[in-house]
Amino acid sequence: MTASPEKGEPRFASVDEVREGLATAGYIADDGLSGVVYLADRLAKPILVEGPAGTGKTELAKATASFLGSRLIRLQCYEGLDEAKALYEWNYKKQLLRIQIERGAEGGGDARPLGWESLEEDLFSEEFLLTRPLLEAIRASDPVVLLVDEIDRLEIETEALLLEVLSDYQVSIPELGTIRATQIPLVFLTSNNTRDLSEALKRRCLFLHLDYPSLERERAIVLAKVPQVTEELADQVARIVRSLRSLDLKKHPSISETIDWARTLVLLGIEAVDSDTARSTLHVLLKHRSDIEVAAKELAVVSGY
Amino acid sequence: MLDVLTGFVAELRHAGLPVSVAEEADAAEAVGHLPLEDRQAIKFALGATLVKSANHWRAFDTAFEIYFSMRGPQFSVGQDEALPGTGPGLVPGEGEGRMASTGDMEPVTPEEIAAMLFKALRDGDQVLLGAVARLAVARFSAMEAGRPVGGTYYLYRTLRNLDLDGVLARLVAEARTLAGDGAGVPDAAVHGEAPGGPVLRGRRPGRLTALEERLLEDEYRARIDELKKEIEAEIRRRLVADRGAEALARSVRKPLPEDVDFMHATRDELEAMRKAIQPLTRKLATRLARKRRHLHRGPLDFRSTMRHSLSYGGVPVEPRFKHPKQAKPEIWVVADISGSVAAFARFTLHLVYAIASQFSKVRSFVFIDGIDEVTGIFDRSDTVTEAVHRVNLEADVVWVDGHSDYGHALTVFYERWGHEIGPKASILLLGDARNNYHASQAWVVRELRNRARRVFWLNPEPRSYWGSGDSILEQYAQYCDAAYECRNLRQLEAFVEHLM
Repeated sequence: MTASPEKGEPRFASVDEVREGLATAGYIADDGLSGVVYLADRLAKPILVEGPAGTGKTELAKATASFLGSRLIRLQCYEGLDEAKALYEWNYKKQLLRIQIERGAEGGGDARPLGWESLEEDLFSEEFLLTRPLLEAIRASDPVVLLVDEIDRLEIETEALLLEVLSDYQVSIPELGTIRATQIPLVFLTSNNTRDLSEALKRRCLFLHLDYPSLERERAIVLAKVPQVTEELADQVARIVRSLRSLDLKKHPSISETIDWARTLVLLGIEAVDSDTARSTLHVLLKHRSDIEVAAKELAVVSGY
Repeated sequence: MLDVLTGFVAELRHAGLPVSVAEEADAAEAVGHLPLEDRQAIKFALGATLVKSANHWRAFDTAFEIYFSMRGPQFSVGQDEALPGTGPGLVPGEGEGRMASTGDMEPVTPEEIAAMLFKALRDGDQVLLGAVARLAVARFSAMEAGRPVGGTYYLYRTLRNLDLDGVLARLVAEARTLAGDGAGVPDAAVHGEAPGGPVLRGRRPGRLTALEERLLEDEYRARIDELKKEIEAEIRRRLVADRGAEALARSVRKPLPEDVDFMHATRDELEAMRKAIQPLTRKLATRLARKRRHLHRGPLDFRSTMRHSLSYGGVPVEPRFKHPKQAKPEIWVVADISGSVAAFARFTLHLVYAIASQFSKVRSFVFIDGIDEVTGIFDRSDTVTEAVHRVNLEADVVWVDGHSDYGHALTVFYERWGHEIGPKASILLLGDARNNYHASQAWVVRELRNRARRVFWLNPEPRSYWGSGDSILEQYAQYCDAAYECRNLRQLEAFVEHLM
């Protein structure tokens, strides 16, 4: 087999379908975002999602999987991840067991012992293969979404592990040969941009930069994610967060913190944010003491009039 | 379409974006999957396939707006102005007389434009806002056909005439009075046509609180930003119509933030660099920390190898190595902060302090003709940005006339702090070594070299200028371990990485 795996039926008919699908999964997408997901399916390419923490990078993969009804296979990256954890591993204990049984057969003499060749073939068959997330995604016969999370935590050398999977959707195992995908999984890679990824990796991906959302989108997200929130409160929350993001802070509030804040306000039974409530709940949005001080001063909530 | 795409990719490469052939092919394929008349869709398709770093987005955006502005739903300036609802007093311009047609705009007075602007901003009316942008450009920018400019000046001229700060103040003032007087107004009136826009909808009448006022102001600011974008787009559209996409792209092409020259950066560029340095230092710190952990494999650890060989029956299968503890260097930064090289000194200090955890100690000194230690300012400040800002205000660096005097500054430095320099210290001297014909006192650098581990000189000037005019770098450089040209963030980053 030399041909690359066949592109299956396209998953989406149009960009709008992606956006509406994501909305049913509780993910509010803008045009650019749903467009890139649509293209990733059509071009059979992975998406590299980059952006500040808490802007919904991982959530995007989850929401996509959920509305497609696909299984989500997740590979969390960390420093020191190797191919035994990412791709595949031989089940060493089971192989040992098999060898021992073979020895026993030799001694007992009732069954003819296998020759070396057939034993080797037997030991390195799929029965003794432990699949790890990447191989699992390739071998799955049902539709899957593969999420490779925080890829920037990998060392630059380990990154190369991913290249074969990402560009050709195949895994080469020396003892078994090449395993090709039966269907092309939708792949998401996320990065917090703590280091530059290699050119080879970036070239194989579609790039999507997720930034803090616009006022309208943030309001829609709050409305979708926080039940019982009124439209006025959602609007106010989104506005205050936008003002905070324009300040010079160590860490700007992320979408998830916005949602947390809205939840807090709802739980406290607050219908409209005034200076006092803003001051007493600011710590949900901002995690640095100096940031809270700056924000309180800038939004003039300390004087409390 | 393919021709346009090839031209566009060439322009991106000129702007410094690394676009490979494979990516270009991807872009062509991606575009094929989308409706061609949808400009926004084409933009994200090209963005996703051609731009692989958020830093490059600005350059991409500029180039895209130029190359694809004529192919949007509005085909030419003339046709667009004939659209209904663009405002009163508009005469449809003819195709070729576009630039000259500004003369036909007389019926719209500046007062009318100001009134429309006020209304558009207050109501957040997108259509009216676009119309105001077009009118304002036509009325105020006074474009001259055929001039090879990027349009920054036209933008400035238009904005100056619109007096946006004044409009903002008036908008807030109006909302304030309306809300204040609203005490007697029945609820329904406030609910219906909220004068202050969405922020104040549904609020009970009464004086505006500080928070509400701030939110209102931010809302108006966002709308004004939108207007500015509209105006920019309009100017660009006219310029493209005048001179063609390629010519315009050449004039507005901007270097990436990490390639901007420290000495000649404009204020906007400095701001962009300030934003770029944050992720840059974070990446650098990660890289250095990793390097420290992984790279330094020492000589064979015989004892440990023998110990581990026991589990293989005495065969040393797994050689073990010593991991020598790497001493962290001590850094002394001595920076000239006189006008010509101030930006360079600021960025270097910023970078060094941002990765301060990689050094055992950082001490910093700034000078013009006098010299002062500023280590304390950095220790007391919360953020590096704040500290760099305070250095300029608080350091006592003027001795006689506030013109660079390297000789005097270095002598004082040596007399006061020289005895504290130990063999662990690496000294970075920053400056252009333009000494205003004072004595060089180069012996100080020689003495520093004897005491310290290494002495480097970083010069923000191009190498070819060294030694010209009053630059006496050669006299100092002969005693340094090396002198480097450090004209932009990229070179600075490379040097710091090399330093470790």
